[in-house]
Formats: sequence, C-alpha cells, structure tokens
Amino acid sequence: MVRIRNPKDFWAGVLFALVGTAAIVLGSRYNLGTAARMGPGYFPRILGMLLIALGGIIALRALRVDGPAIPRWRWWSTAVVLGSVVLFGLIVNTVGLALSTVILIVLASSASSEFRWKEALISGVFLAALAVGVFIIGLKLQLPIWPTFHHG
Amino acid sequence: MELLNHLALGFSVALTPINLLYALIGSLLGTLIGVLPGIGPVATIAMLLPTTYALQPVSALIMLAGIYYGAQYGGSTTSILINMPGETSSAVTCLDGHQMARQGEAGAALATAALASFFAGCVATVFIAAVSVPLSELALKFGPAEYFSLMVLGLIGAVVLAHGSLIKAIAMIILGLLLGIVGTDVNSGVARFDFGIPELTDGIGVVSVAMGLFGFAEIITNLESQETRERLSSKVKGLWISKAQFKAAWPAVLRGTGLGSFLGLLPGGGAMLASFASYAVEKKVAKDPSRFGKGAIEGVAGPEAANNAGAQTSFIPLLTLGIPENAVMAMMVGAMTIHNIQPGPQVMTSNPGLFWGLIASMWVGNLMLVVLNLPLIGIWIKLLTVPYRILYPAILLFCAIGVYTISNASFDVMQTAAFGFLGVLFLKLECEPAPLLLGFVLGPMMEENLRRAMLLSRGDPTVFVTRPLSAVMLAAAVLLIVVIALPNIRRKREEAFQEE
Repeated sequence: MVRIRNPKDFWAGVLFALVGTAAIVLGSRYNLGTAARMGPGYFPRILGMLLIALGGIIALRALRVDGPAIPRWRWWSTAVVLGSVVLFGLIVNTVGLALSTVILIVLASSASSEFRWKEALISGVFLAALAVGVFIIGLKLQLPIWPTFHHG
Repeated sequence: MELLNHLALGFSVALTPINLLYALIGSLLGTLIGVLPGIGPVATIAMLLPTTYALQPVSALIMLAGIYYGAQYGGSTTSILINMPGETSSAVTCLDGHQMARQGEAGAALATAALASFFAGCVATVFIAAVSVPLSELALKFGPAEYFSLMVLGLIGAVVLAHGSLIKAIAMIILGLLLGIVGTDVNSGVARFDFGIPELTDGIGVVSVAMGLFGFAEIITNLESQETRERLSSKVKGLWISKAQFKAAWPAVLRGTGLGSFLGLLPGGGAMLASFASYAVEKKVAKDPSRFGKGAIEGVAGPEAANNAGAQTSFIPLLTLGIPENAVMAMMVGAMTIHNIQPGPQVMTSNPGLFWGLIASMWVGNLMLVVLNLPLIGIWIKLLTVPYRILYPAILLFCAIGVYTISNASFDVMQTAAFGFLGVLFLKLECEPAPLLLGFVLGPMMEENLRRAMLLSRGDPTVFVTRPLSAVMLAAAVLLIVVIALPNIRRKREEAFQEE
C-alpha cells in the first residue's frame, strides 16, 4: 500500500504540480511562437513543465522517505489577522484613517490568546493618533481622517 | 586616483542634509526592527517602499539600505542582552555575547560588537568601491545569453547556500518566475494570467509579495507559538573594553571582515552566512576552543564584523550585475524599478551620483550607528518590554497603510493578504519564501534575455553552451547542484545549518 511518509513534502509537491498544470492550461490561450521568436506563451509553458516535473519528484520522494507531520494550523487566527487587514483596506477611504485604525487594532488583537479589550482599545486610539500624525500630517498622504459620505 | 574621485563624488551626494537625514532614518528604523522580533528587513523595506515614491531615488535607496545594515546592529544588541536574536544573522552572537553579559561584561560585549561592525563597515565600503568598477565593466560585455546564464547561476547559488531542501527551493524559484511574468507581456502586449482583473495587467506588486510572505505570515506563525522571553539579565555599565579584550578581539575582527566581505559577494550570501562561517572559523583557529559558548570575546567580534561586512558587500552583485542575491536585495531591485532605474552595470555610468552616493552613505550610516547605538540602547531595551500582543497589531497597521497607499486601492491590500495566506501555507509545508521572491523579481528580466538570446541565435538553444562565458556559468550552476546532492556534503550542510 502506498503511504505518505513525508506529508510536508508530499503536499508541497502536489501544490507545485497543480500550479504548473494551471500555468500550462491557462497559458494555452497565449501564442507559443517559435524558439527564435517566442510568443507570450513560450516561457510560461517551460516554467509550467519544470514545475510539474519538480513537483512530481518531490511528491514521489515523499512516499519513500519519512518526514515530520504538517504542524497544526490555527485557521481562526490566520483568518482574523488577514481579515482585519482586508477590512481596513475596504473601509479606510469611507470611514477615515482614525476609525479604521482602531477597528484594525482591536480586531487584529483579538487573534491573540492574551487578548484584552481595554488594552487593545487604548493601543488603537494611540496608534490612530500616531498614524494620522505620521501619514497624513507628516507624509501628506491623500487619506481622509474622519468618515466621509460620498453621494452618487 | 580614480577610486578617490568616485568616493569624493559619493560623499558629496551622501553628505547633503537631506540624504544625511534619510541615512539616519534608515539606520534608526533598521536598528529598531533589528531589536524587535517578528519583523525583519524584507517586510520593513516592503512597508516603506510606497512612502518613497515622492523622494529622490538616491534618498530612497539610502534609507532602504540603512534598514538592512542597521538591522545588523540592532540584532546584536538583543542577542547580547537578552539572548534573543532580533535577526537570524545575529543568532551566533547569542552564543558568546549573552554569556559575556551574564558574567557582567555586557558593556564590553556591546562595545566589541559595535566597533567590530563599524570597522567591517568601513572596510566593506572601500571594498565595494574598488570591486565595482571592474565588475561592471565585465558585465557590460555580457550579451543576452550570458545574462540569462548569470541569472540561472545566481538563482541556483542563492538556494544552494540557503538552508532547507534544495529541490523545493528550486521549485519555489520557478513559482516565483511564474508569478513575476503575470501581467502585460512587453513584446506582444498580451495580458498574461490576469484572470480578467484589470489591476493584474500591471503585474503583481513586489510590495504585496514581500509583505505577505515575510510580514503577515511571520506574524501569524508567531501567534501560534507561545512567546517566551528572557528578562534582561544584567545592567549595562561601562561601555568599553579592556586592553586584554581588545588584544583578543582584533585578529577575530580582521578575519571576520575578510570572510564576510568575500561571502557577501556570493549568491545566497550576505549577513547570515557570513556570521555563521566566521564563528566556525574562530572556533577552529582558537588555541582553546572550549572557551567558546562560555563568553569568548572572539565569538562576538568575528561574527559581528562578518555579518556587517557581508550585509554591505551583498550590494555588489546588485549594483554591478543587477542580480539580487538575497531577499533584501530583491527588495532593492523593487525599489530601483519603482524609481525607473533598471538595475545593472549601466547604473554606474548613467547614474554615478546615485551609485557612489549610495556606497558612501553606507559608511556615513555606519558612523551614525556606532555613535548613536550605544547611547540609545536603553530605549531599545524599553521597547522590548512591550508585549508581542500589542506589537503585532501595530506592525499590521503600518503594513496595511503602506500597501494601501501604493495606489490608494483596496485591491493591493487584498492581494497582500492572499500572499500572507500563501506564506503561512509555505511555512507549514517548509518551503522557503526567499527563493520565490528572488525568482519573482528576476522573472521578466530572465524571459527577456532568453528571448533575445534565442532570437540572435535564430532559435538555436546551443548558444548558451557555445558562448564560453555563458557555458562556464551554466557549468558552475550544474556543478553546484551536483556537489550539494552528494550524500556526505549534504550531511555537512545540514550540520552547518543545524545551529540556527
């Protein structure tokens, strides 16, 4: 029976091979050209094939040689951290830098196991003032400080 | 003397008030992030790149370079005082530096580290100035075939000297190359792999890739592991070294500087490799190797000189050949591209003020660091008492503002978050992100040179092996892979990286 002995390498290999396949499939729309006059599809095709080959070797080798297990993934903290940043990007232009800073800080802090509401709020307000001072007053970035209501 | 003329030109640029200011800001920020865990020079440069749009290119590069060598100073401070390297390149300084601190010699260890770094920085600056002219003259003779082979050699060299699985690192390079060519193809005008997203026709931003892979991913994995921090073990007093200590340290400084300057030149080299190699050398040449790990001053002086020398000479391949050899240099390529400077041998002739100004600024920055660092140690230590749960949201905020301001659009922020997710995935699967970043910045250049070489040879791929220089470089790349794949060298390499 085939057993995955090195899960880290196995899945890394599978990932590489999949991306390689995607590059070839998606890249098939682009003109290949000839070796002397390469079209936009030529280089991606080479890279895709290399990636499939390397991914295949890595995955197959992982069936023979033992390796460590993939460490547990705390999905929640990943989602909260990245989510807080994405949310900031979505709202900063309408809500303003001050409020979106506080929201980002409190939300991002909640990903830690040592989260404390009050502390996060204080840090958020402090950093909001700092960010406004550095980026809007100091570096003169074009960002609103307070909420703006666009019409139309 | 041509060299003196060049340096004089450099200093006339580096010593203008505005460039002095940016050298100071860069060095201080570098020290700060060198002290703080959880954020390294790559993520910091990514964070600051967008704010340098409005600056003169030379000021921007001076500031960003300061971050890299400043981080070497900051990293050694925390290694010595609390046994926690802020940067991987100062990890070996923990071994003896922290022992010295425990024995009440913290002041001597810090002074040794700072002076060794400064000495190495001075030598490396002159070294860069001396080596750059002949190297870029050589590079100007390169045709597209030579360039392509040089990039292959550079990329392979970078992963051979890095740690982790070789084959996975090569796969990461190719993944990086693939990501690098997303966007409009310069020759045909076709938008490749844009998934119908208009923002992607300009390609993926280097800031998003670097910040996601190096900044966000690091924070997320840090959150998963519980933090343990050692308290400051001793008061710092008497920042000076005794005559006996000086006598023991200076040969180590000389060796470290030489070794670091040389290793910084190699692809994949730079600060980290230099410091590890220097520690090994010091242990070998010592009369009594058993002192190492118990507070031997050579164990601080050598690696500290080496990491600073290596950090600086790693600019040489970038400035003369246009080839970045580590992730920080990849960010410098990004910075130059943003300011419409194509990295390569022509920078020296077309932009001499920028070239020599940047080199001279490294000496200026080093001087500022040695003068400012010691008095500021108290502040850095205070900053370390800020718990990580307060620190990381602040880092995220500055990252988010940095990315958002690239084009004032939420797309860049989402793209960065996507790379953050990928970065965590790569860390879980033990895939090094640095090779990907190198491939990413070299992708378009590599394709362009491949195309040109093949066009000139009328589609004959043997051009890469029939042109002698190109053949030598490709042979060297193959040789590197073969050598590393040999079983007993592989074992040695694994041992060498074990101490990390």
